[in-house]
Amino acid sequence: MPWDELYQEVVMDHYSRPRNRGELPSPDGEAELYNPFCGDIVRVQIRRDGGGRVEEIRFQGQGCSISQASASMMTEAVRGRAVSEVGRLIGDFLRFMRGEDGEASALPGDLPALGGVRRYPVRVKCATLAWHALEKALQAGAPESREGGEE
Amino acid sequence: MLRAEEVKKDFPIFASHPGLVYLDNAATTQKPRAVIEALVRYYSTANANVHRAAYPLAERATEMFEEARRRVARFIGAEDPAEVVFTRNATEAINLVAYAWARRNLRPGDRVAVTLMEHHANLVPWQEICRERGAELEFIGLTPEGHLNLEEFEEILSRGVRILALTQASNVLGTINPVAELSARARRAGALVLVDGAQSVPHMRVDVRELGADFFAFSGHKMLGPTGIGVLWGRRELLEEMEPFLYGGEMISRVTLERATWNELPHRFEAGTPHVAGAVGLAAAVDYLEALGMTRVHRHEQWLVDYARQRLEETGVVEIYGPVRPRAGLLSFNLRGVHPHDVASILGEEGVAIRAGHHCAQPLMDWLGVPATCRASFYVYNSLEDVDRLVEALMKVREFFRHAVG
Repeated sequence: MPWDELYQEVVMDHYSRPRNRGELPSPDGEAELYNPFCGDIVRVQIRRDGGGRVEEIRFQGQGCSISQASASMMTEAVRGRAVSEVGRLIGDFLRFMRGEDGEASALPGDLPALGGVRRYPVRVKCATLAWHALEKALQAGAPESREGGEE
Repeated sequence: MLRAEEVKKDFPIFASHPGLVYLDNAATTQKPRAVIEALVRYYSTANANVHRAAYPLAERATEMFEEARRRVARFIGAEDPAEVVFTRNATEAINLVAYAWARRNLRPGDRVAVTLMEHHANLVPWQEICRERGAELEFIGLTPEGHLNLEEFEEILSRGVRILALTQASNVLGTINPVAELSARARRAGALVLVDGAQSVPHMRVDVRELGADFFAFSGHKMLGPTGIGVLWGRRELLEEMEPFLYGGEMISRVTLERATWNELPHRFEAGTPHVAGAVGLAAAVDYLEALGMTRVHRHEQWLVDYARQRLEETGVVEIYGPVRPRAGLLSFNLRGVHPHDVASILGEEGVAIRAGHHCAQPLMDWLGVPATCRASFYVYNSLEDVDRLVEALMKVREFFRHAVG
């Protein structure tokens, strides 16, 4: 099927069985982003440990398979990583999705499976929504008010 | 009915994309060869700046531009071509009225009424002008079926409204509003009436005098014409009173170092060099539609939309929004359990072009209680087979998601 590349099995698996979905008790950073183009909403909450690592991360929201799967994959890729490393990963992922650089294989976990999205420019916004929310959550204290915004 | 397969042959896009099922006509339509050739012919044989030069070529360009205006005026039943102002699109036409009339005439506490089914183009200008002038913006709500709530309409009108801005056909619900009746009541109550005709003029016979509105706005590209050309029709006596919207060349009469006086209608509202080729192309689109016959165009779309509704309902997994009748030739729907963007991406790969999103009507999405919908919108080149292809592709989406998501 011509859409196999977009909807890879791994992507659909994250969509149907999202990891780390739900409310995080006592987060120390959170942000919610809204994509006005399609109505998708993603809220990301994090808690850091004393050693500067992302100890816990959860997401909530509603939207298409790509936005929800990307959020789920992101939480797996980020949990337990040093905050500085997470910052780099966000940059790498966003550049990868924009097709600027980066090999799919350089991305950790299930993230390379999102490579198929790059052929669908309007859907790239779906895939990056959670990542922009994470970026804001890392900057913000908890809890932050909802803001509109998109890539 | 139109013979869609024959009509399709007039549209080169379908030769470039064989098998394309184009169902995004409410966003923009494809262009017949006659329109494309009119643009080429204008630039190849008549191009010059209009209205001022004395040489024959410029006279020819001016004549073609003004002839286009006359044809468009006739198409919408305008009494006087001078009441037809060329704009970039319906959005600019509405903004023209918002700036040139409302911004100058609204006073604090005045009321402007719009409906809950407006496109952002007929909502946001009023929000901004009302905010600036301290006026109130009132919303006429909808019945559960998606018709205008006429009790609310009367109630809002009874409190005094300076201008009523409403769409003739909803780009999401497909509702066709009884504009002639509403205009008559609103004007009796002392309101000016602006009608957004972007989704009506391309699909049904429209006579602005019969509608009884004061202003009527539409876009060329949604009716087989080029992008970048639209129309504001306005009652002569109102346009005469209005100050210009944009200042510059063409729209002036006499300019001194201190000030200027304004040109006559409609040039007062057409500052700068206009989109001459666009107007000529729009007139070619009007000719093409008139040759098909607007009654037949409307009936053809009704036939398609009825068939599509029936096919979609038969699937048992599609939710359709908006009233059954009267309805424009479009359907907004959701496939149960699948986000509209996933539907549209997969349909796109299957060669079926539909739209997914909020359709520039976010307040209406809130009212429907959905973040977005899918929308299939029909036109003269669409056939029953196109509807079948749509339904087949939707069923593929359904199967895929059923297996992938479980």
